[in-house]
Amino acid sequence: MNTAHRRWVWLGALLVLAALIVLPFLVKNYRVFQFNLVLVYAIAVLGLNILTGYNGQISLGHGAFYAIGAYAAAVLMDRAGLPYWATLPVAGAVCFGLGFLMGFPALRLGGHYLALATFALALAIPQLLKYKKIEGWTGGVQGIVLMKPEPPFTFRLFGQALNADRWLYFFTLAVTVLMFWLAWNLLRGRVGRALVAVRDHPIAATAMGINLPMFKSLTFGVSAGFTGVAGALGAIAVAFVSPDSFTVFLSITFLVGVVIGGLASIPGAIFGAIFIQFVPNIADQISKSAPWAIYGVFLIGFMYLMPTGVMGMLRKAWWRWRPGAAPPTGQATPASQ
Amino acid sequence: MDAFLHQIFSGLANGCIYGSVALALVMIYQATHHINFAQGEMATFSTFIAWALIQSGWPYWGAFLATVAISFAGGLLVQRIILRPVERAPVLTNVIVFIGLLVIFNSLAGWIFEHTIKAFPSPFPQESLLRTRFFSAHEVGSIVVMLCVLFALYAFFRYTPIGLAMRAAAQNPDSARLVGIRVSWMLAVGWGLAAAIGAVAGMMVAPIVYLDPNMMAGILLYGFAAALLGGIDNPWGAVLGGFIVGVLENLLGAYVIGTELKLTVALVLIVGILTLKPSGLFGKHVVTRV
Amino acid sequence: MRNPKLLEVRGLRAAYGATQVLHGIDFELEAGRITALLGANGAGKTTTLRALCQTVRTSGSVLFDGEQLVGKATENVVRLGVAHVPDGRGTFTALSVEENLRLGAHVRRDKAAVARDIDKAYARFPRLGERRRQQAGTLSGGEQQMLAISRALMLAPKLLLLDEPSFGLAPRIVTEIFHIMRSINREDQVSMLLVEQNASLALDLADHAYLLETGRVALSGPSERIQHDESVRKAYLGY
Repeated sequence: MNTAHRRWVWLGALLVLAALIVLPFLVKNYRVFQFNLVLVYAIAVLGLNILTGYNGQISLGHGAFYAIGAYAAAVLMDRAGLPYWATLPVAGAVCFGLGFLMGFPALRLGGHYLALATFALALAIPQLLKYKKIEGWTGGVQGIVLMKPEPPFTFRLFGQALNADRWLYFFTLAVTVLMFWLAWNLLRGRVGRALVAVRDHPIAATAMGINLPMFKSLTFGVSAGFTGVAGALGAIAVAFVSPDSFTVFLSITFLVGVVIGGLASIPGAIFGAIFIQFVPNIADQISKSAPWAIYGVFLIGFMYLMPTGVMGMLRKAWWRWRPGAAPPTGQATPASQ
Repeated sequence: MDAFLHQIFSGLANGCIYGSVALALVMIYQATHHINFAQGEMATFSTFIAWALIQSGWPYWGAFLATVAISFAGGLLVQRIILRPVERAPVLTNVIVFIGLLVIFNSLAGWIFEHTIKAFPSPFPQESLLRTRFFSAHEVGSIVVMLCVLFALYAFFRYTPIGLAMRAAAQNPDSARLVGIRVSWMLAVGWGLAAAIGAVAGMMVAPIVYLDPNMMAGILLYGFAAALLGGIDNPWGAVLGGFIVGVLENLLGAYVIGTELKLTVALVLIVGILTLKPSGLFGKHVVTRV
Repeated sequence: MRNPKLLEVRGLRAAYGATQVLHGIDFELEAGRITALLGANGAGKTTTLRALCQTVRTSGSVLFDGEQLVGKATENVVRLGVAHVPDGRGTFTALSVEENLRLGAHVRRDKAAVARDIDKAYARFPRLGERRRQQAGTLSGGEQQMLAISRALMLAPKLLLLDEPSFGLAPRIVTEIFHIMRSINREDQVSMLLVEQNASLALDLADHAYLLETGRVALSGPSERIQHDESVRKAYLGY
């Protein structure tokens, strides 16, 4: 990318950032809350993408890590009195550890077997959270209600105050930018290439010296950690956790987000998050009686039009528009079957 | 001891259902290398159609056969119209399409037939000759029906020209084309058969668990587990896996952990077995050549 | 009047994805003859056979017995009477020998004629007859080649395409198979297009030969002439 190009990209990024900062003051509280959730989901989808998109390990259970992160935050805030921002690293670390442990069975299982194993995990979590013996901590079926954190200072823009929802939005935005930057750093260098190598040619990767078991477990851990942080942010935003908020359907939703956004893509996570947050609402508006049928039609339609996700389509358009920039061979996207 | 045996036999009866669902999954997997996650919802939808026919006065077996035929046609059309465009797309794209189908069928079932739980009749009345000490009449009847279906399938694949063509198309689609087999249509027929099997499984299980749009969700999961346990490429393994899962579920629920966590524990056990034997109990161990 | 030119290929181009392999080749086959397609690795021989069967993206014109093949589905090309023995043989390894043969006749309706042809295959290759219930994947290389050829013949084809039938086989077996191929051509009037890296073997069998070089026809002529032209042999065929 030459310097003129780079200048445009930086300008574009700054404009986007400025828009994101101004946005919450232009819309109502509920919209701010929805945008907040989009950011949260973007982190979760990014986490799953690291595992499934870049590393080819399929997980139908990332909702479990989201739930664990959420509950970690809730328990620490409610029972241990920790401030909300301090719960994030703990949630991330706990989920990293658990994800790392998942790496061991994941190594032996692949494809559909791993899908089933992670699916079992996703199913287990709500049941475990309702388990009577740990109700003291988890709040059982009722869950835990949290206090929304108050903004540390007052501020007004366009006649709207910096209230709790808006403050949380900025907090989440900051964390999101940090997480995305972390992921970008991690994935663009040796680690990113190693991930793709393990996904596409595991035997060759081992022959090149990559310690497969350690690597796969670490990937799982990092992926789970990201989703755990997302879960904690989500808990803070919603100010409530309960076992039934984290059903298997959440895990499926994250996978939908990954594929719609585009596998092995960092910006794709944002498109995926926008889809999973807003399309159900749109479907609901189209048909009150069978909204999920409309959602399903959207899903299938998307896959017809953009089988490689939004980012896949944007990439293709980019190459067509600039024929000079030919697609590099060793693309970080999985080959079609 | 009696109670223990009853749990086992009841587990076997359930296992028949799981095995059938597993078989449907394996059939589609062998032909397409995809797991049809929408299998359960399609089966539920078929069962609703049967229910509607019976409600409007059809005799049971008439409705049964009509539903099987409609489901076959439906499965075939789903493959031809909805799945064909993404046949060559990446695996995860197909997964999303299956998820889409899943929610569409589930949602349509709820919309057309409502969410209220319905009773579904059994063709094997309580007080009948079929009743034995350990099995209820319906359990015996459904085992017989499922075994008939399984043997019919076996005969179809083994002894008919189309069955042979389908096996060939599933194993080696390129060579199949070179002998003139219309591979695409074979896939469609495979889907039709899987849908028909699912319909039968649904109609056999509905009298026990009652009919509502989410009836097959848990059963699909057990079917999936059974298919993997038996080896995803092995139809006999799928059936056997079904029996194992059925018995395991019952024994765990009765003696180990109680009904709330039995799904979790069953799955954890299955995952444990798979970790030890990654290609399933009866699956082929594929040696990867560098 | 039946067109003596069974196959007329003009300007055939073929590509795998973005990689163009055939750059517009022309050739023809006469009915009842054996034609050899020679060339080094990567010259495009296998691709040519695949292009005829439409298992690869092609453009140009392929007239088979008057019908245009380009744009047809493979299954329909087969139904016109083109049988392809692919490289690697393409046997259904999990099915039995007899099932493989029956599959070869998948598009035929006359059950009695099919049964007769199966018997004929066993008569021609007794080893297949001995192993008729055996799983095809457990056969030796030579036996699998015999099975692949027999399966292709079960179509009762007008044209038989063979991709490197000698590959990986012991010389004795190769001689046996090529001998049988000659008799098939003479007795059943099956035209053949033979792709071979082993040029001398192919030229012995064939009536006519084409030489491909990086996706283009470099040379063509009656096989006898090519065999006896020392300069051509040394330059193109390496012997």
